[in-house]
Amino acid sequence: MDWLTLFEIGLTGLASGGLYALAALAFVMVYKATRVVNLAIGEMLMAGAYLFFTFAAMFALPLWLAIPAAVLAAGVLGGVIERTMIRPLLGEPPISVFMVTIGLGSVLVGLVEVIWSADQRRLPDFLPSDPIMVGEAFLAPKVFWGAVIAAVFIAAVLLVFRFWRGGVALRATAGDQAAAYSVGINVPRVFSLSWVVAAMIAAVSGIVVGSIGGISSAMGVFGLSVLVVVIVGGLDSVLGALVAGLLVGVIEALAGFYLGGEYKLLATFIVLVAVLMLRPYGLFGTHEIERL
Amino acid sequence: MQTAPPGPTGPLLEVDGLTLSFGGVRALGGVGFAVQPGSITAVIGPNGAGKTSLFNTISGFYKPSAGRIRFQGQDITALPAPQRARLGLGRSFQNIALFRGMTVLDNIKLGRHAHLKTNVLDALFYLGRARREEAALRAEIEERIIDFLEIDHIRHASVAALPYGLQKRVEMARALAMQPQILMLDEPVAGMNREETEDMARFILDVRAEWGVTVLMVEHDMSMVMDLSDHVVVLNFGEVIAQGAPAEVQRNPEVVRAYLGSGDVHDLRRRFHAGRAAQPSEAA
Repeated sequence: MDWLTLFEIGLTGLASGGLYALAALAFVMVYKATRVVNLAIGEMLMAGAYLFFTFAAMFALPLWLAIPAAVLAAGVLGGVIERTMIRPLLGEPPISVFMVTIGLGSVLVGLVEVIWSADQRRLPDFLPSDPIMVGEAFLAPKVFWGAVIAAVFIAAVLLVFRFWRGGVALRATAGDQAAAYSVGINVPRVFSLSWVVAAMIAAVSGIVVGSIGGISSAMGVFGLSVLVVVIVGGLDSVLGALVAGLLVGVIEALAGFYLGGEYKLLATFIVLVAVLMLRPYGLFGTHEIERL
Repeated sequence: MQTAPPGPTGPLLEVDGLTLSFGGVRALGGVGFAVQPGSITAVIGPNGAGKTSLFNTISGFYKPSAGRIRFQGQDITALPAPQRARLGLGRSFQNIALFRGMTVLDNIKLGRHAHLKTNVLDALFYLGRARREEAALRAEIEERIIDFLEIDHIRHASVAALPYGLQKRVEMARALAMQPQILMLDEPVAGMNREETEDMARFILDVRAEWGVTVLMVEHDMSMVMDLSDHVVVLNFGEVIAQGAPAEVQRNPEVVRAYLGSGDVHDLRRRFHAGRAAQPSEAA
């Protein structure tokens, strides 16, 4: 066993795990506030990446303008999705909403293929490409910078939601909706807010994932790994999303190196099954989550 | 029993012809009553009489199909629940609704949510003198409530782990932190033992005395209702069958019949007597 190789692979895994954690945060935010299991999380990532592609490559906006524009546009998209597809289902059985998010995923893939075609595309390069050395270990620059961006955004989101009123309202709504209403929290607005913020976070991860691996209408499969992350971490746990994100990143990297790329998903799903057998509500999830 | 101080204007809360149906089931059929400022008003009635439906309609969770709700003279029938909370309707719930996973203090602080107006930057950096003063005022109110309800020892405890009686008290503390005009308590002593019930009764009287808050409560404990209330509204099958001072209501034959229908008239009579016997010492 070559320790340096193992270290390098572990680092790469942690770095890509950071992106899983960021995307998982988007999922958890919606689940916490609205109890909606959003299966379209991968497709929302993709939508964000294509919006960035549109602003940066097609409208040729400078990067400092294209990224915020894409993130804002994704936020609007999130708000529209909540208002038109999720809000009307308030009070319906969770399984109905669950099915609607599956449909939402297909709709987003369809839209992308109609507007931008199904071809693989490259996002403009904006991540520095000097090799990164951690001691003796080499780390791919795009993966490293992707992880840095993910870490910065995760920290920012956590800080904002710790101290901002909207974040407090969101945690309160997650705690008890009737109580939230009774202290004057506008619960429907919290629902909208959670979708808008989730779509924006998803867009950031989509942009980073897309600039590492390119974008295509199939990049929603990234969402599969994100779902593993959130289920392993516990659907409503922010900490769980972060820890499980890193864990799944490392496991995928190890499986990809020692077993081959086709075993990546297999390995993560084996982890998923193992975790669910030991802790059915995930590593950090609350016990009362209903099963789907 | 002390009487309510005379209000400068009309009733604080006025419900008129309130009708509410769930599908074919009529939960409320033209309910009307008024809550005078400074009073303790109780809504009683057999199980399924519509008491909690009435509460939920007043706080805005259910939309009535007919009727009006007026608060401080303003028609609030069409206002959504959070806005009613901001106007000064604080409430507790029959099946405790606390923010689980948060501490007692966080729960109480959230009661202040409706009164806060901060944006992200303010919250992050806590800018400005006015902001600090507001924070000081808020802390003062929180401290007063914590002292008042005697929950200082559990302020940093997670609410989910607290015994039932204390959870009820935290719920009341959170409602008080909203500095409500009217405090609506849905079965404040349900499931409590005698000692806890007496504590809660004392808190309810003190809330009115110290904070000048009007109280509207739904309660099953007959002796407590008779001891505390200035005005009693009796509901049965979604309709008001009697209302008035506790003593009048107790003598009302319709009320006795309503409870006879529910099969526990002996228990009721026993509690009436117990309530009357306890009255002089409690009111002192």
